[in-house]
Amino acid sequence: MASLKEIENRINSTTNTKQITKAMELVSASKMSKAEENARSFVPYSEKIKEVVSHIAGSSSDAEHPMLKKRDIKKTGYLVITSDRGLAGAFNSNVLRSLNKTIEENHSSTDEYTIIAIGRMGYDFCRKRGLPVTKSIIGLADQPSFADIKELANETVQLYSDEEIDELILFYNHYVSAISQQVTQSKLLPIDDIGENASTIDSQYEYEPNEEQILEVLLPQYAESLIYGAILDSKASEHAARMTAMKSATDNADELIDDLTLSFNRARQAAITQEITEIIGGVAALE
Amino acid sequence: MKTLTVSVVTPDGPVLEDQFSMISCKAESGELGILPNHIPLVAPLSISAVRLKRENDVEKLAITGGFLEVRPDKVTILAQSAEKPEDIDVQRAREAKERAENRLQAKQDHIDFHRAELALKRAMNRLDVVQ
Repeated sequence: MASLKEIENRINSTTNTKQITKAMELVSASKMSKAEENARSFVPYSEKIKEVVSHIAGSSSDAEHPMLKKRDIKKTGYLVITSDRGLAGAFNSNVLRSLNKTIEENHSSTDEYTIIAIGRMGYDFCRKRGLPVTKSIIGLADQPSFADIKELANETVQLYSDEEIDELILFYNHYVSAISQQVTQSKLLPIDDIGENASTIDSQYEYEPNEEQILEVLLPQYAESLIYGAILDSKASEHAARMTAMKSATDNADELIDDLTLSFNRARQAAITQEITEIIGGVAALE
Repeated sequence: MKTLTVSVVTPDGPVLEDQFSMISCKAESGELGILPNHIPLVAPLSISAVRLKRENDVEKLAITGGFLEVRPDKVTILAQSAEKPEDIDVQRAREAKERAENRLQAKQDHIDFHRAELALKRAMNRLDVVQ
């Protein structure tokens, strides 16, 4: 059995760790509610832009744009959203596992795909495995503003327009609730399902100057907004995942402290008993 | 006096929603003035100032990457950024303007040129709105 001193040290260090995890849990909780709010305030923009895009794309059969049309897939772009730091449970590994699996299933050589990494974990993962990373962004703020990611979103959409990639697939954690996040894989480009829910608006619009030119401006913006939406979603998930992870760490620390306290008391009791026995033994020897 | 509801929405959240009597803005194809009961219209906006008129005052917004959706009683402006004069960081805009001008004079390769041009437009638009 460990000595009293050893057990005491362990109790102290576990208590310190618990304080840290508890603090991180609280910080993540507040960041999560902020991130959730950000994601919510983005909704009006995304809904509106989707409404207009789907209306134009759905109403006119003659308005064509490369972003709306499927083409032969020679190269696929994967946009992977992870966090910069760990300590968030399975948050990053879930996304990366899903990415790895998809790549292994669909591609035999690294010429067939490229990766755009958001977050250090995803970037390091790809670098270590020798996967081709075209673009990356590291050190994104906890509450990113649109301006922070505009450049990356812009360049990513540009890759598609320049026909460097022929489809763009997004991997991220979708925020379901504070205790549940879901790895989501969604195809961003080409946008081929937008016309389906078009009949929501009945009024006819005038287009200035014309539909094609509006699509020219609107579709890249739409795609960029989808990327931003996914990042906000992923940020909310990240904080939620970290909160859950830290909560279970705190709970585990509590349990460990209980166990250690119990064995500390036992050891103390044993020591006392031993001392008494020794004294009694000593007294008995003198008589 | 007839009014129309204007709401300005950006990815970072709604910026403004209020009643105005007229909107004038610069679309890519030229200046546009919108009064109440306008026919439904969609137009992309250039990097410019949008002027929202009430009976006796005018509000200005610096718009980047936006477009305008008009319905008879409601106008929605969707933009990548929309700033009120009081939210604009003048110092930063000035610096951005200088940087962009220097870059334009240096005449590097094509993409940088285009980018610097856009940056210059944004900075000048901001300064314009503040003044």
